[in-house]
Amino acid sequence: MHRRTLMLGSGAALLGAREAAAAGALSDPGLPAGTREVAEMASPPGKVKLIRLTDRPPNYETPLEAFRTPITPNNRFFVRYHLAELPTMAELKDWTLTLGGDAAAGTAKLTLADLRRLPAAEVTAVCQCAGNRRGLFSPHVPGVQWSIGAMGCARWRGARLRDVLKLVGMKPEALEVRFHGSDHGPLSETPIFRKSLPMARALDPNTLIAWEMNGAALPLANGFPARIIVPGWTATYWMKHVTSIDITSAADDGFWMQKAYRVPHGVFPAAAPFPSQDTAQNSPVTDIVVNTLVTDPVADSRVHAGGFEVRGIAWDGGSGIHQVEVSIDEGKTWQTAKLDKDLGPFAFRAWRHPIARVAPGPVALRVRATANNGAVQPDQLMFNPAGYHNNAVRTVHVVAA
Amino acid sequence: MHRIALAMLLAAAPVLAIADDVPAPLRPGAGQETVERICSGCHTTSYIRMNAPFLSEAQWKAEVTKMRQVFGAPIEDDEVAEILAYLIAEYGAPK
Ligand code: HEC
Repeated sequence: MHRRTLMLGSGAALLGAREAAAAGALSDPGLPAGTREVAEMASPPGKVKLIRLTDRPPNYETPLEAFRTPITPNNRFFVRYHLAELPTMAELKDWTLTLGGDAAAGTAKLTLADLRRLPAAEVTAVCQCAGNRRGLFSPHVPGVQWSIGAMGCARWRGARLRDVLKLVGMKPEALEVRFHGSDHGPLSETPIFRKSLPMARALDPNTLIAWEMNGAALPLANGFPARIIVPGWTATYWMKHVTSIDITSAADDGFWMQKAYRVPHGVFPAAAPFPSQDTAQNSPVTDIVVNTLVTDPVADSRVHAGGFEVRGIAWDGGSGIHQVEVSIDEGKTWQTAKLDKDLGPFAFRAWRHPIARVAPGPVALRVRATANNGAVQPDQLMFNPAGYHNNAVRTVHVVAA
Repeated sequence: MHRIALAMLLAAAPVLAIADDVPAPLRPGAGQETVERICSGCHTTSYIRMNAPFLSEAQWKAEVTKMRQVFGAPIEDDEVAEILAYLIAEYGAPK
């Protein structure tokens, strides 16, 4: 009775042609119709032209055009919060970081100046939401319906987390390092957003507590004044506005570790295990999976039948990109693309590939990446109920003329 | 009790420095007012619109149960049926 062909007018139709082209991926027919209706270009404070999915809490994704460079500018970097009560710049002026926990040998309270006195380290790394491309799942699963832009790559500068932990020292029973930030839910009944890392990852020299992003202070919406950086792991561990760090002897049993961000056992092999968070039912989401994004040509655009270039980026969880291949015959044959400059194993790797003369008419471009650890993007979506790690090979349809 | 708390909270909802502020109207229908009141307490109702129209009756039921039991949404027992009927009718998967 109430069956409807839902949502008159897609988001793209409401935007006007130029903005729709910029939104690109959000007119993707693979997204739920309701998502296409809700999504709009927006420039919230400190940001320019992102795609707004929700304003409260703020969830904004980066449009395709901003991935034409392997470093994502701070004002185009995506924004993701679970909980809607956010700290203000005024509150964060008095920011301090509390160190402790039952498996810490001592406690400490640091200011930003204290933190900046530690030796600084820098890493170029992709920050990608585990649910990036959830909106393109088939069948759809509930959650924030991200298209391709819940990710970005930046140069992060800060102190090594292990140097910070050394300030308090740890007991032999130390098992996890747990983070808490300053965003919370409007109702106190909602579980606080808390995340933990296994000791080995916390002590990894690449794991930072960063105060700088691409040479500038972190934008408010990306975790000002300091956030955790876990190169190679999905953004859920990259705690924003981190206010406390606890070394614990027990596995964190909060909702955001034990119930959310879980994947079925064995579907996504991880480089390093997180045994204290494995349960009989499932495992925690950890490593970013190998993936590519075609930035040019844009879907549904016209290309020259006389020849054109395919360009994009590829990335994985830190083994680095081995090769990127392009197919224009539905995957029967593959041509190897040229990889651009290497910005490090955790960064976006730009690539390009010239396509010679093609017959006028529709062209279906398929691109797949292989990581140095041997992982290849799958042809089919690796379905999982909460919609993580969508790295299925995609097809970009264009028309040659 | 819960209802009053939530209404006050909504009235006092701060304009967030990080986000812009946009109204997110839901479709008119029986139960709309209840859903708007309860389901905008912690997040915009765009969470509902964005997740449509693909959730089955059972999936919407699971979502409402999750909001209540996991996130602490203040939903009275006698409001559940009205909320579900609205979500399924206006934002459910085509049958
Ligand atoms: C007590 C707070 C609270 C209330 C009230 C609430 N929600 Fe939520 N809801 C949440 C949180 C927290 C999330 C997770 C947000 C995120 O991850 O971005 C969420 C997410 C969602 C999602 C996305 C799917 C998912 O499971 O994450 C849907 C759909 C949703 N809510 C629907 C509703 C509906 C319908 C109502 C009213 C019956 C409601 N919510 C009321 C807290 C609440």
